Amino acid sequence: MAVFVIRRLMQSLIVLAATAALVFLGVFAIGDPGEMLIPPDATPAERAQVMAALGLDRPLPVQFVTFLANILQGDFGRSFVFDQPSIALILGRLPATLELAFVALAIALVLGLPLGLLAGLRPRTATDEAIMTGSILGFSLPNFWQGMMLIMIFAVWLGWLPSTGRGPRGTILGIETSLASWEGIRHLILPATNLALFKLALVIRLTRTGVRETMPLDFVKFARAKGLTERRIVLVHVMKTIMIPLVTVIGMELGSLIAFAVVTETIFAWPGIGKLLIDSIMRLDRPVVVAYLLVVVAMFITLNFLVDVLYSILDPRIRLGRA
Amino acid sequence: MAAFSSASDADGVLARAAAGVLRSPKATVAAVACVLLLVTAVVGPSLVPQDPYDLNVLDIMDAKLPPGGEGMDGTVFRLGTDGQGRDMLSAMVYGLRTSLFVGVLAGVVALVVGTVLGLVAAFAGGRIDSVIMRIVDLMLGLPTLLVALMLLALLGQGVWKVVLALVLVQWAMFARAVRGAALVEKNKDYVEAARMLGFSRPRILFGHLLPNCLSPLIVIGTLQVANAISAEATLSFLGIGLPITQPSLGLLIANGYTVLLSGQYWISVYPGLLLLLVVFSINIVGDRLREVLNPRLAERS
Repeated sequence: MAVFVIRRLMQSLIVLAATAALVFLGVFAIGDPGEMLIPPDATPAERAQVMAALGLDRPLPVQFVTFLANILQGDFGRSFVFDQPSIALILGRLPATLELAFVALAIALVLGLPLGLLAGLRPRTATDEAIMTGSILGFSLPNFWQGMMLIMIFAVWLGWLPSTGRGPRGTILGIETSLASWEGIRHLILPATNLALFKLALVIRLTRTGVRETMPLDFVKFARAKGLTERRIVLVHVMKTIMIPLVTVIGMELGSLIAFAVVTETIFAWPGIGKLLIDSIMRLDRPVVVAYLLVVVAMFITLNFLVDVLYSILDPRIRLGRA
Repeated sequence: MAAFSSASDADGVLARAAAGVLRSPKATVAAVACVLLLVTAVVGPSLVPQDPYDLNVLDIMDAKLPPGGEGMDGTVFRLGTDGQGRDMLSAMVYGLRTSLFVGVLAGVVALVVGTVLGLVAAFAGGRIDSVIMRIVDLMLGLPTLLVALMLLALLGQGVWKVVLALVLVQWAMFARAVRGAALVEKNKDYVEAARMLGFSRPRILFGHLLPNCLSPLIVIGTLQVANAISAEATLSFLGIGLPITQPSLGLLIANGYTVLLSGQYWISVYPGLLLLLVVFSINIVGDRLREVLNPRLAERS
């Protein structure tokens, strides 16, 4: 087990280092940071002075080592626009994104599990066909357009919900969240639905496949022979079995929810890291872009790592196979 | 002989795919829609009322006319006009062209790159195989949108940059599928026979092995084209995809976003519906192909 964890940890670190190198090369080699920082009317002497002060005159490998060393000390550079450490900006906006992602995930599960169960228990019926076609429609719907339609219908035409922004926040169990007040929840409904619909189709499909693969198994027959009700068999025994792959995939999908939140946050003007990223790209605020990419990739790699370790605890074949 | 048999296998897969699609009314309708959309994209510009990017024919006085509205010179705009007085119908046909071009091109290039790397990995084995597959695992582990965002944030806008980003995020799927199929095929007798006959390695790989790995490629290829179209639209909407001079459906929708709140729904609703129709039709066909061509599902049913 320890060998597997160490091996997996090393892999994660290599991936992280590779990402850092890519981001470094992209930002510092393709673009010229001097062009962004130095006013165009500076004299060549002034220019050289600034470049030297920033360490931009040194060879690329030396710059890369400095870049890595700074990151390891938590220094991702200062935002040009906000004049704050970029990492502080990212961490300040992160709770809004996490709140959105978790609520979206909850919605996807609450709607997706029953629909997937229904489709899986009645394969090749009209119900199954309708749910599966609906799920194809779900993942065909361009996420950003779907969000705009939500705004158009529920905010512009019906006027039921606010169109953009994050509502007032309160504190529940020491966490600052929009869920504390009705007004906050009202602001959360549309963006969370937008993000949830994107994962809903996946939850439905996974559940349906799981049910169809589990139902013919011996333990289900045995449970039936024992005289358990069909309801109990499905909701307790079958559900338990299909939860393992489901939880794994969901864990990894949380990362893609955070990535996809970029779209949702842009449409609904939700003040999370995704909106910050797009704004920073538009304003050429490179330190923030770099910090975002590294933080999100690091989060992602950590999630994958945790899921892999969890999975290897649940299913020993995996760690034996790889180690 | 060997060449003959593998060629007929390839025909068999295509025939099975076509027959499978035609057996499902839903998939048939979707396939017809795909063909019609493709034809529209190719010949459409000569059919639509105006060239939406010829500034001489645009009249700013015609801006933001609702669907069916009449312009200054008496032209009727069936789907209304946008903020520059551009006929939405014409703009959508041009947008469809760009979207399909980028999506299909990215899908095809990703397929070629992924297939070659997958075949090489399966045949070379050892170190080359493990390096390629490590990169594949890495690419499949990160969400495609995140990687594409990252690349475009660094590279900037542009048609070729978007295609490059989409290829980079999509090739891995193909490589993994082809490698899996090739590992099964490579130990079969016909490959051994071709080797005995002294055929060159590329000839065995591409002439004999590849035709037998077609099933997963067709399925993934279809779904990935839909993904590419959708991803391009998303990136363009975010303002980091295609430049404003080459508007795809995603950019048209983005233009409508700013006026959506003031009730001018048609500028974003119609291009969005068209985009949905494109992606939905391709996905329906792809889903059907998966049912028909996936041996695991076929056995069970």
